[in-house]
This record gives sequence, C-alpha cells and structure tokens, in this order.
Amino acid sequence: MTVAAIEAVDVWRTYELDGVSVSALRGVSLTIDQGEYVAVIGPSGSGKSTLMHLLGGLDRPSGGRLVIGGRDVASLTAPELATLRNQTIGFVFQAFHLLARTSAVDNVALPLVYRGVGARQRRERAAAMLGRVGLGHRLHHRPNQLSGGEQQRVAIARALVTEPAVLLADEPTGNLDSVTGEAVLELLERLNAESGVALVMVTHDQEVAARARRRIAVRDGLIRSDSRHDRPGPDGAAVPATLDPAPSAEPRSALGGAG
Amino acid sequence: MRVAEAWRVASDALRANRMRSLLTMLGVIIGVASVVILVAIGTGTKQQVEQQVEGLGSNLLLVVPGKIEVGTAPVVSPLDLRDVDAVSRVVGDPARVAVTVASGATARAGNRSDFTTVQGVLETTPSVFTRSLARGRYLTGADVDTSRRVAVLGASVARTLFPDRDPLGQQVTLAGVRFRVIGVFAPLGQSLGVDRDDEVHVPVTAAQRLWGTQRIDGIAVKAPDRERIDQLGERIVAELSRRHPDTEFSAVTQQQILGVLGDILGVLTGVLAAIAGISLLVGGVGVSNIMLVSVRERTREIGLRKAVGARPRDIGVQFLLEAVLLTSIGGLTGMALGVGTALLVDAFSPIPAAITWWSLALAFGVSAAVGIVFGVVPAQRAGRLDPVVALRAE
Repeated sequence: MTVAAIEAVDVWRTYELDGVSVSALRGVSLTIDQGEYVAVIGPSGSGKSTLMHLLGGLDRPSGGRLVIGGRDVASLTAPELATLRNQTIGFVFQAFHLLARTSAVDNVALPLVYRGVGARQRRERAAAMLGRVGLGHRLHHRPNQLSGGEQQRVAIARALVTEPAVLLADEPTGNLDSVTGEAVLELLERLNAESGVALVMVTHDQEVAARARRRIAVRDGLIRSDSRHDRPGPDGAAVPATLDPAPSAEPRSALGGAG
Repeated sequence: MRVAEAWRVASDALRANRMRSLLTMLGVIIGVASVVILVAIGTGTKQQVEQQVEGLGSNLLLVVPGKIEVGTAPVVSPLDLRDVDAVSRVVGDPARVAVTVASGATARAGNRSDFTTVQGVLETTPSVFTRSLARGRYLTGADVDTSRRVAVLGASVARTLFPDRDPLGQQVTLAGVRFRVIGVFAPLGQSLGVDRDDEVHVPVTAAQRLWGTQRIDGIAVKAPDRERIDQLGERIVAELSRRHPDTEFSAVTQQQILGVLGDILGVLTGVLAAIAGISLLVGGVGVSNIMLVSVRERTREIGLRKAVGARPRDIGVQFLLEAVLLTSIGGLTGMALGVGTALLVDAFSPIPAAITWWSLALAFGVSAAVGIVFGVVPAQRAGRLDPVVALRAE
C-alpha cells in the first residue's frame, strides 16, 4: 500500500455569516493515494469547492484532521502552508488564472519563483513542461494570443512544473467547448498515467466524472458515495448509473443548511 | 533572488499602467522638486548674504544707537562728529573708524534722475570697508574738512545718470545742491533683492549741511584683530554711554550679524522646505491610494500567486517594492527637475540658488521613505488576502 498524498479525517468547515454559523463541510473523511484518478462530483453548493480548497491547502478545516503530504495542516503557519502548496499541490482552475501580461513560459515558471529556482533553470523547466503539454511552439505567447484550450494547457503545465504529488483540477473543462474539453481531459489523464501525479478533478459533469477510476459524490457537506471502478468506462455516457447518489448511508434528516 | 523577481514584477506592473504610474509619480516629482528648489534658494541666499557680510571687510564692528533686536523701535541718533573723535581715541587710530549719515535723495544730472541713498562718510571708509573704485578717486580728508561738494557714485547710479558718457567731472544735483563727481564704485551686485550699487558717497560734513543736521547715524570700526573685537566693542559702547547716558548703544560684529541673519534665513529655509514637504506628503497619499487600487485590481493575481506557493511576505514585498519604485523614480525625476530649475533660477534670475548634497540625499531618502510608509498598508492588505476569496474575486 502506498503512502497517502492527502488524508482527511472528520473534516468540518464552518463559516460565520452575519453571526450565523454555516457548515459547508460536516465531517468528511477521505484519503487520496499517490497516482489516483479521482472525480469529486456534486451540485453547486454541495461543498465540493470547499473540499477542493481544503485538499489543496488554500483553506484550513474548522474541525477534524487534514494531512497533506504528510504534514498536519493545523500545525502549519501561513508561510509554511504556502510552501506546502508549492511543493505538494498543483492547481488547475476553471478560469485558467493565467497572468495576462506574462508569456506562457513565465506563467508556467511562476511556482518555481516561489521555490527559489534561478531564472534560467525556471525557464528551462517551464519550456520542457510546455513541450509535454504540446505547447512547445507557444512559449512566448501571451494568454490573449492563445485559445481557451491552449490557455488551460498552459495552466496544466504550471500546475505540474513543480512535480507535485496531487493535481487539483476545479472544473477544468468548464470554460471550454466539448472538443477542446475532451482534449484537455485526455491530457490530464495522460499526465496522470505518465507521471504518477494524483489527479483530483472537481466537476458537476457526470460524463466527465465517469472517466475517473474513483468517484466521490458530495452533497450537503457530506460524502454521499465513494466508489472505485477497476476499469473506467470508455466514456461518460456508458456508466451513468453508478454515479447516482442514491446508495447514501446518511439519513436525510442529517442534511440541511449546507453552504 | 525573490527580491530580484519582485523588482521585475513591480516594474512590469508600473509599465502596464503607464499613465496612472506617471500621474502618481507626478505628485512625488512635484514634491521632491519643490523641496530641492526651495532648499537651494534658501541655501543660496544664505551663502550670498554670508559672502556679502564677510565681503564688507574683516574684523568689523558696527556701533549704532538702540538695540539690535527684532521688534525694537529705531532710535534717533544722538551721535555727532565729536562722538566719532571720542571713539577714535578709544580705538587709538582714526583711520580705523568710519561713519555714516544717510538719507534718501533724488540725484539729477541733466534731464535724468535717480532716487538713491546719499551717504555722508569720512575719507576712512575704504580703509574700514572693502570697497573698490572703478574710476576716479575717493574722498580725501581735505574734502571732509572743507565740506567740499564732491561725490562718489555707486555703479548703478552712474549707469542711470550717465548712460553714455563719462561721469567723472560731471555735475550731479543731490537734494537740490550741485556736487561734482570724482569717482565711481566698482559694482557690488544685489543682496536680498536690494541693489547695493544704488548709493552716493559725499563728505559727511557736506551731507550734514545738506540736511541741516549734526547727526551721525552709525559708526563702523575695523578692529586690529579678531580676538579683542568684543572687548573693543564694550569699551566703545561704554564711552558712548558715558557721553549720552539716556541712550543705549549696541556694538555688533560681523559674526553676530551672520548669526542673526543665518538664524532668520535658516528658519525661512525650514519653512519653505516644510511647505514643499507637505506637497510631498500629498504625493505620498496619492501613492497609497493608487496602491490600494492596484491591490484590488490584482486580487485574482494575488490569489493565484498564493495558490502556487507565494507566502504572505512574498506578496507584501512585491507591492511594497512597487510603491517604493514609484516614489523612487518620482524622487529621482523630481531631483533632476529640482536641480535643473535651481540652476536655471541661479543663472537667469537675481535669486541665488545653491544645490547641497544633503538636500538631495534628504529629498531622495524622504521620497523612498514615503513609498515605504504609504506602501506598507496596501502591501500588508495584499499579503493577508485569503487565497480562496482572492481567487473568486471578479
């Protein structure tokens, strides 16, 4: 058995809104192993984004234990948590989040800046990574000179340039048309298979989720199902039934005002 | 390494908003330039006055009735030429004692006229004060003894009354009485905006007769050496007080005059610099304002940087450097503008201006400090942003 990349035990996340406590996560336990391909699925407001922020070390749990890369998040200061993100996690966002006035290669090199890598080596590694995502010919283009699919591939290269243990992708195809989205998904899957980075993809698209080996359904701040599939379906349409959140063990009465 | 990267990011950010950066800098530029210019004018004026006071002559002692203090009323002088003789006896050498009785008067020559200061003096004036003649000769003892109506013209009086001919031997009419020009002074220039060449020297006896008075306004003594100058002043004041018990007398040295003038000009320079400093402060507020806008505009960028591993400090340093860069470039530009303007003012206007290295260092230091002081709040705000919230920002 491999060492867990991320381990969450009874994790809560509660927000104070105008004096009222709202729990976005209400006791979530899960483990992300190295090299896994996991889809986190759930409707908007289910708490899946909150879960993603916690798994990526962008946020801290209000209760429970969260261990990322072998380190308990609760024991880390803000700078230590930032360093942990830099070393362990790669993020891919729906909106790409590329720096607009910065070339593709410098966008990809950005995480290495905060790792203290020298300028020349940063560029070399960023250029190599862009080559791996098929953008070796677009090094010096700016985001506005790239298509949506290309921008997301730059973002993927940026997420992987630090060789993280986990790649967290939040609706990575949400801003892309289906053909481009398919290409981006294939790229993510290929990198997952090739480099052994765990791929955790948050989506509300069941077809996308159906491709993963493991599907975690989140609703009302709780994990409703966590199912593994030895062989992923050839495409999403073939296996919709397994994703139905019906086999939930949680009684309905426990669910309620989730943010 | 990270600092180098932060510099690059900061300069990129400034370039991306050229107009805004420029306008923000303008506040700092104007502030720094005005500090440099006003301090230069203050310093230049002080230096000029010091030079002129020192240029009057060496080891001078000025004796006048009344107190030399700001706010005391002028006193009608009780002195006359007998008191001058008494002072000469105290000094021990009449050649070291000069006098003046002065009044404004209109000088005329032909159809030209000039309102000027007529000074009644002794022939000893050139041996007490440093004055040199451009042409002719100065007054003699015989001129004074016989109240001869002869005059030595200041350079600008000579230029006004005799623009195209030699004044020597010509007649000038002073307060309606005709005098013969025997000499013309070499020009002295201006002091605090006053033309020092706008005067006419005549024998003190002739001047007293002209105005129907026996009065002497003041006595100047050239002390034999600097060490005993204060002691000599005290003896002269004691002698005059004995002769005129109802009047107070003051003896001041050049050093004392320089001290008083230096204090006044120092305060003036300080006030000017403070006023200019206020504009620098306003420039700093502008920097703070624009940095807050910049942080808000780039909230998503901050969120992304944090997501990929930027620590709060990394973000804070980046924005602080941006503010410091803004004010430093503004400061350097303002310095260049200030130095250039000060040099032009010095060269092409009667106002003197002198650049001192400390005023430049101060102006630059203050502008960089303004960047730090006014950049620190926006930088802290950026550093503390919650990455989750920042990534969601519109």
